[in-house]
Amino acid sequence: MIGLWNYLIVGALVFVIGVMGIFLNRKNVIIILMSIELILLSVSINFVTFSAFLGDLFGQVFVMFVLTVAAAESAIGLAILMVYFRNRGSIAVEDVNTMKG
Amino acid sequence: MLESLAVFPPLAAAAVVGLFGRRSLGDRASQLITCGGVLLAAAVAIWLFVTVALGHQPHTVHLFHWFGSGSLQVDWALKLDTLSVVMIGVVTIVSSMVHVYSVGYMSHDRDIPRFMAYLSLFTFMMLALVTADNFVQMFFGWEGVGLASYLLIGFWYEKPSANAAAIKAFVVNRVGDFGFSLGIMAVYFIFDSVQFDPVFAAAASKVGMHFNFLGTQADMLATCCLLLFVGAMGKSAQLGLHTWLPDAMEGPTPVSALIHAATMVTAGVFMLARCSPLFEQSPLALEVVTIVGALTAFVAATIGLTQFDIKRVIAYSTMSQLGYMFFAIGVSAYSAAIFHLMTHAFFKALLFLGAGSVIHALSGEQDMRKMGGLFKVIPKTGYLMWIGSLALAGIGIPGVFGFAGFYSKDMILEAAYQGGAVGQFAYWLGIAAAFFTAFYSWRLIIMTFYGAPRADHHTMEHAHESPPVMLLPLTVLAAGALFAGWLGYDHFVGEARGEFWGASIFVAPGHDSIEAAHHGPEWVGILPLVVGLLGIFLAYVFYMRKPSWPAAWATGLSPLYQLIFHKYYFDELYEAIFVRPAYWIGDLFWKRGDQGTIDAFGPDGIATTTRSVSAAFSRLQTGYLFHYALAMLVGVLFLITFYLVLGGV
Amino acid sequence: MIETIAFYIFSAVLVASAIMVVFSKNAVHSVLFLILAFFNAAGLFILLGAEFVAMILVIVYVGAVAVLFLFVVMMLDINFSDLRRGINTYLPFGIFLGVVLFIELVFLVFQGWVAPPTDGPALAAPAPMLSEISNTRALGQLIYTHYLYVFQVSGLILLVAMIGAIVLTLRHRPGVQRQRIATQVGRKRSESMVIKQVATGAGAPVE
Repeated sequence: MIGLWNYLIVGALVFVIGVMGIFLNRKNVIIILMSIELILLSVSINFVTFSAFLGDLFGQVFVMFVLTVAAAESAIGLAILMVYFRNRGSIAVEDVNTMKG
Repeated sequence: MLESLAVFPPLAAAAVVGLFGRRSLGDRASQLITCGGVLLAAAVAIWLFVTVALGHQPHTVHLFHWFGSGSLQVDWALKLDTLSVVMIGVVTIVSSMVHVYSVGYMSHDRDIPRFMAYLSLFTFMMLALVTADNFVQMFFGWEGVGLASYLLIGFWYEKPSANAAAIKAFVVNRVGDFGFSLGIMAVYFIFDSVQFDPVFAAAASKVGMHFNFLGTQADMLATCCLLLFVGAMGKSAQLGLHTWLPDAMEGPTPVSALIHAATMVTAGVFMLARCSPLFEQSPLALEVVTIVGALTAFVAATIGLTQFDIKRVIAYSTMSQLGYMFFAIGVSAYSAAIFHLMTHAFFKALLFLGAGSVIHALSGEQDMRKMGGLFKVIPKTGYLMWIGSLALAGIGIPGVFGFAGFYSKDMILEAAYQGGAVGQFAYWLGIAAAFFTAFYSWRLIIMTFYGAPRADHHTMEHAHESPPVMLLPLTVLAAGALFAGWLGYDHFVGEARGEFWGASIFVAPGHDSIEAAHHGPEWVGILPLVVGLLGIFLAYVFYMRKPSWPAAWATGLSPLYQLIFHKYYFDELYEAIFVRPAYWIGDLFWKRGDQGTIDAFGPDGIATTTRSVSAAFSRLQTGYLFHYALAMLVGVLFLITFYLVLGGV
Repeated sequence: MIETIAFYIFSAVLVASAIMVVFSKNAVHSVLFLILAFFNAAGLFILLGAEFVAMILVIVYVGAVAVLFLFVVMMLDINFSDLRRGINTYLPFGIFLGVVLFIELVFLVFQGWVAPPTDGPALAAPAPMLSEISNTRALGQLIYTHYLYVFQVSGLILLVAMIGAIVLTLRHRPGVQRQRIATQVGRKRSESMVIKQVATGAGAPVE
């Protein structure tokens, strides 16, 4: 039967994939933003799972707020990316090194 | 109260001119203030001489307490007895003449206020030295004159040779001062006081006592006196610590006249005379003084024969005469030594300032090989130099009149003859030195003033007599060179000397060589005059009649000549033994010690380490986001693992 | 039974599309795979009985956020042939790290999860039975009463995000003429007209 663990493992998997996506990609910065979305998704899965299995609705309320924040954050992130692209002309990850100390 | 006016006006003048002379007062005012200060001091000094020495009223003016620690009590005081007022008189009169002379001689210099201030500072320090009533105040004055000497030798500080000479003078003096300070410590250790009166009163009680010094049982008084004598050797350029005196001629001529002829170099003689109660109790010390003095007199006279720089000849002459004064002290003829000190101050200052006139006339030429034929051009200077040289050579008619040196030098030689075996040694060396002295003095006069002019046409055209402001001091000093001996003979070394000196000089019974000299054989006093005249005659022959002889003698006796011409290679010897190792050690401490160790572990080391560590750390900042994210992830994993394995906090 | 199959299908596709988001060569493909992942997550949510959240996921995430991504990807005109070649040197290390992270996550929860006592403290928001009210209604009852402030704050967050995005990307193009209505309306006669007396036959100078 499908129990708590199954859902939690799925959540953990997606989380790990999201984290790896942040530093394993070589293509462009948008992948990083998408990986962040994946991480937030996995967190939402986790919350909903526990909400269902504990019978506590608060988990789902929280997921709504997670959604809100995720939307806000991706909007700002993409705006920053746009401005960056306007100034630098490239969004390859290796070119993002102006913070070099 | 009035006595302070003999000592402090030069200090006040030096302070005012030194601080405000350059900006506010200007040259003329600086000259007036300093000359005024020292002339005032000279006037008061003459009054003091009349009241204290001639009037037999020695006293001490207590100024104020300096410091005290247990039995070590040090005060500022003016001890006025015959010895000190004689010295005060000599110092202030000669110094005032030099001040006035400098107004003319240094008139084209840029730094007149500084020069005048230094001269006045020196005068004050010398006065503090001679009026001291304890060893520490004397040491203050001693060091002060050394400082003033350094400042004045290096007055033209843009000349590297002047700087080197000033440092050399100071360092060689320091060696002597080290001995002097050890002597003062020995005095304190033995007598438990540094004031003159208690120490001298207790001197007789310490005869024959011993103490532990450098591991051996040394005679107390002998050690003490010998250490004090080391100080006198340094200050008065006796053989061994004399190398600074010829090089001190780098300073302006008035400096040479004041410091290195009349006053500072005589501080050693004064100090030994002041400590006569101590020295009289130690025959060993007296013998050492005699031998060193006699050798100095002889060696310096030989070197003076070969030098070509007019100032250096006179400098070696000074060194030789200082040797006379010292061996006079060595045979307990303290009053003769001070008498010669006084007369020497006058004629030596006259000679130096006269040489200054010659140099001034020739626009700075000092090499005698480039002089000659100046008598027609600057006759007044010529006459004055004649007077000075006659006084130096000790020429006179016995029983009638003599130049100043005739009385004082003869007295010393006669006393030395009576002074036992070492005295005899000193006497014969002194006779030889007298011969050489006359010879080189007339060599100087002939080469400078007579013969065909060897200076170039241009210089000879510009040669002119010195202005009155320079000739007047010379005239005053010439008066001293003429009459000081004749006037002072009775009081200083003659019948009236007991009353005159009073308690300021102590001669132990059995040592009174002056008394014995008055009853000695006649020829002893005539011989110096004879050799002096012989020296003059030979100089005339060598330099006027047979001009080829000097060169012939020099090449004929070439090894001896080279030895003497190079000043017995003392400078080279000291350079090899002391100077170069000192530089080597200094270099070692600098490069390996200071830079290599202290700096490397201290500021430089810390700075370099900081820089390299931060460079290593800055390589972490690659700028790549995914590197940062990776680092964050590794950190998170590490934390999680930590909590998992260790079960958390 | 059907639940199990549905679960495995949904989660498999979810994980697969998540991996494809990261490793796809084409950026547009990555976005599309992201959308697929969201859909499958929504499916999982429905399996769990949270249908409101599932629908919200589809409407907001897919309909807004993912579309936003697509807009940006298209706008930035990324030439994917220009992509950096070369082997990703961090790949093995990264995968190793990922595996470690996964193991630890699972391990952690395994250790720490204890079933709550049935007669323990009351739950924060006990869920009513599905037979009584729908999930949506229950959520609404909760949000608009107990969590009202949080709700309003999330609205503010969205406002801030909107303003922020405009502030960041807005630029004034030079030379563009715009109407400034307020200025136009607020013009006074004295600013715009000057009456000059002109003699008959003479001209008026142009200033």
